[in-house]
Amino acid sequence: MAINERLSGNEAVSFAIKQINPDVVAAYPITPSTEIPQFISQYIANGEMTTVYVPVESEHSSMSACIGSEAAGARSMTATSSCGLAYMFEMLYIAASNRLPITMAVVNRALSGPININNDHSDSMGARDAGWLQIYAENAQEAYDNFIQCVRIGEHKDVKLPVMACQDGFITSHAVERLELIETDKVKAFVGEYKPEKYLLNPDEILAVGPYDTPQYYMEHKKAQTEAMKNARKAIKEIAKEFEAMTGRKYDMLEEYRMDDAEYAVIIIGSSAGAGKEAVDELRNAGVKAGLIKVRVFRPFPDEELVAALKKVKGVAIMDKTDSFSAAGGPLGAEVKAAIYGKVDGITAANYIYGLGGRDVRVEHIKQVFEEIAELVKTGKAPETYKYLAIRE
Amino acid sequence: MAYNFKEVMNRPDRLASGHRMCAGCGAPIAVRAVLKAIKPEDHAVICSATCCLEVSTCMYPYTSWKDSFIHSAFENAGATICGVEAAHRSLAAQGKAPQNYKFLAFGGDGGTYDIGFQSLSGAMERNQDMVYVCYDNGAYMNTGIQRSSATPKYADTTTSATGKASAGKQQNRKDLTEIIAAHHVPYAAQTTFIGNLKDLYEKAEKAIYTPGAAFLNVMAPCPRGWRYETEDIMEICKMAVETCYWPLYEVENDVWKINYEPKNKRPIEDFLKTQGRFKHLFKKGNEELIAEIQRDVDARWELLLKKAK
Repeated sequence: MAINERLSGNEAVSFAIKQINPDVVAAYPITPSTEIPQFISQYIANGEMTTVYVPVESEHSSMSACIGSEAAGARSMTATSSCGLAYMFEMLYIAASNRLPITMAVVNRALSGPININNDHSDSMGARDAGWLQIYAENAQEAYDNFIQCVRIGEHKDVKLPVMACQDGFITSHAVERLELIETDKVKAFVGEYKPEKYLLNPDEILAVGPYDTPQYYMEHKKAQTEAMKNARKAIKEIAKEFEAMTGRKYDMLEEYRMDDAEYAVIIIGSSAGAGKEAVDELRNAGVKAGLIKVRVFRPFPDEELVAALKKVKGVAIMDKTDSFSAAGGPLGAEVKAAIYGKVDGITAANYIYGLGGRDVRVEHIKQVFEEIAELVKTGKAPETYKYLAIRE
Repeated sequence: MAYNFKEVMNRPDRLASGHRMCAGCGAPIAVRAVLKAIKPEDHAVICSATCCLEVSTCMYPYTSWKDSFIHSAFENAGATICGVEAAHRSLAAQGKAPQNYKFLAFGGDGGTYDIGFQSLSGAMERNQDMVYVCYDNGAYMNTGIQRSSATPKYADTTTSATGKASAGKQQNRKDLTEIIAAHHVPYAAQTTFIGNLKDLYEKAEKAIYTPGAAFLNVMAPCPRGWRYETEDIMEICKMAVETCYWPLYEVENDVWKINYEPKNKRPIEDFLKTQGRFKHLFKKGNEELIAEIQRDVDARWELLLKKAK
């Protein structure tokens, strides 16, 4: 029987880690992800986990230690937020290029500066080209479910890439929600034992990790990495199917909410999808054909799924919880537009920057976005390249 | 067991020949000698910081290392090998890896004294069962002889240049072995290539077989950066020790021990004159600079004698 509980996102992810009982965790405190290493430390102290915990002196070292331990053959995990993720930046690329399936709980928080401890997606979006998979949760239930699936996805034989399991700082990580946990024996059976093909601690076969790579080989290695990222799409879907069979909870690259006959849509990531769905319901009650697309998987990018979902849509608002400072919009905006270019006819696509540094996103804000795109479609006017939502001018 | 030079040198090398390090470089001498101290029946995982050693011994698709090897970045050999050690503790406890593994990290002084200092300090403080070996050649040699915090005062490097307005590096050399000793690790030692490498071998053996974190600082001259003829390396090392510029000592469980006290301490000129990087100091008018170096060496030696008493 599934276990009904009331937990925060951080508690839910920590509980998943306890159930999985990985070989090694190396982590460093940073708000709002700090609770995760705290819970793990307590679980170990209580004798509830046998994981070797490495209390490193920085995030740079937590990722470095995870690289060492994962390469050595140990299932390895960490957690971080914001500047901690930024401090790992160099090592993120090395973890991915060495094809080490580390699972990292990312509790999204704005990057400094100005210093701010609240939620937006500038941290993980800044690392979007590092070669990691990125899977985002809307709430604590999804944070828990995603984390368990992420371990399997990263370790899949056709993938072998590290994975960020993202949830929104404070909004998801600290708010207590009702959720359904899976029995520990089922979680253990689902993730299975980690059996790497090649690893440093194999006494029968020595291994060299991280060699100097010359122009003769570097590009082939990068190609192999991108192929692995392509393969991840299939693995994500397969593993979601298995997960659904176990729990009844359905996951995919995207979640489409009331999109069947939608004329207007917002595309959004993370917890704000909650307010977005509420806005959609209210608009539907008022006779507006509104819908919402929640991007669950940002890496690999769900380009085909987005094209299919937007085929019949007249106007779409692409919501970025970060600014890429390209002066041409946010990363989700840029990538969605690139994905639908030449594939979705006559659609009006507007890009919004919202919710930076913990700025509240309300149902009325999302309704305002729907009104604006409906107006653009009606008048045939081109949208601004991008705009800030709910900003003091 | 007493050191037997012939027996030790006859053991198979764990670093194969044919790597791309320069002739007359101290780094591979240090690595081979340290690795000789691992019992032939024991397994090892070796880590290297990004440095001359790494790019010259592990270029895809070749490796010179006969043990499993990992390189990840420049500034994190301490944390990387700690990850491997943590994995071993976990997997060995589960019966998934043999118990007899040893963990060693190598880095140059740039990757150890400077950019890798935090990662090293963390590794030492956590007292994980590993050995960090710094091959200290006193500058960033891999990028082309830039000054580091290990570069001695008044040495000529490409970023502490000598000219009409400057006599080389203006700052003191950091004393890393003492800093690591202040972490109260079970074993920290300083050595170089002397005679039949007995001092280096014995310290390596102690470092590898003492449970917990251990640190070896091996002065390893660089013919390009120090500007000497390749065959002079042993003489330079001897002069470093005889002048007390690079004393041989060890700190075992907080007990300081000097392993060699010269009967007649040689003047620092005997060390400086062996290398082109100090050539400018011997020009007329720079006598005071040499006198200043002598005073610094004397003062540091006196302090060390007090700690070891």
